[in-house]
Amino acid sequence: MLDFLLSILVLTGASFAFIGSLGLIRLKDLYTRLHGPTKATTLGVGSLLIASAIYFSIYSEQISLHEFLITIFLFITAPVSAHLLAKAALHLGLPSLAEIPKAEEADQTEMTETVQTGATEAFEKNERIGSDNASPDEKARPAESKSITKTPRTPDQTQS
Amino acid sequence: MTRLLPHPVLTPVLVLIWLLLNNSINTGQILLGLIFGWAIPVLTIHFWPEAVSIRKPLVLLRYITVLFHDIIMANFTVARLILGNPDKLHPIFIKVPLDLTSDLAISLLANSITLTPGTLSARLSDDQSYLLVHALNETDPDTLVATIKQRYENPLKEIFESC
Repeated sequence: MLDFLLSILVLTGASFAFIGSLGLIRLKDLYTRLHGPTKATTLGVGSLLIASAIYFSIYSEQISLHEFLITIFLFITAPVSAHLLAKAALHLGLPSLAEIPKAEEADQTEMTETVQTGATEAFEKNERIGSDNASPDEKARPAESKSITKTPRTPDQTQS
Repeated sequence: MTRLLPHPVLTPVLVLIWLLLNNSINTGQILLGLIFGWAIPVLTIHFWPEAVSIRKPLVLLRYITVLFHDIIMANFTVARLILGNPDKLHPIFIKVPLDLTSDLAISLLANSITLTPGTLSARLSDDQSYLLVHALNETDPDTLVATIKQRYENPLKEIFESC
């Protein structure tokens, strides 16, 4: 009877862990993929650990409660890592099935825009100097080269 | 008193974790756990800018029960969604405005959101005014926001921020 209960727990745990990993393949974008490992696995690992706690409490004559500690740590760390991954994905502007709210994009573009306006200003300045004096000025050169080195660093917004 | 025992909540938690780690309740282990439980908060006091105080332990207990129930339901919901047709999913980003102000309460709320059905906290706005939540399959954002606020945020507010 006990073995029966334990095997049910182990099997449930294994199948949930499996479904969670399956989500990584079946789902389409990073954000939805994050749902699989954070949720389907909590119950999966949870029931495996409960089975382990029951088994060792009964067969080793000593109450085994390590497993609860693992569960607690899992519940604390899984959401944090998911949050960090999602935040990093938002920052990089990875493609998403769901529409990313305007404010989040504005957050990222802020930096890009300032750099780009700086670049265009430098460019206009360069033009003006170029039109005023026949030969391009020495002063304008460094500004231009600076703006060129800066622009590739900014995150690409067209993807999102 | 505050210098000798800076975190009355942390100490019993550390003792409990120590006993669980050692898998025993010998007198020796309890004493050792108490020493660690006392020494670690005293040594790490500077890393804890915010004093943790649980105002209503019963509400916390009820919150944990609700959370565990929701986590189990979440597993079934997400498992069904994964096994179903992925093209039918309707993922969406939702902004959940926050009434909470303490860092601990906000992080607990974000954790709870991630652990519960079909939602994942993705980003906290810089001024901590809202939390960006990604929902796996949701067509009615307003109801979701209302559920999150009523089910998780209100108890957390009661536990950590009530006056």
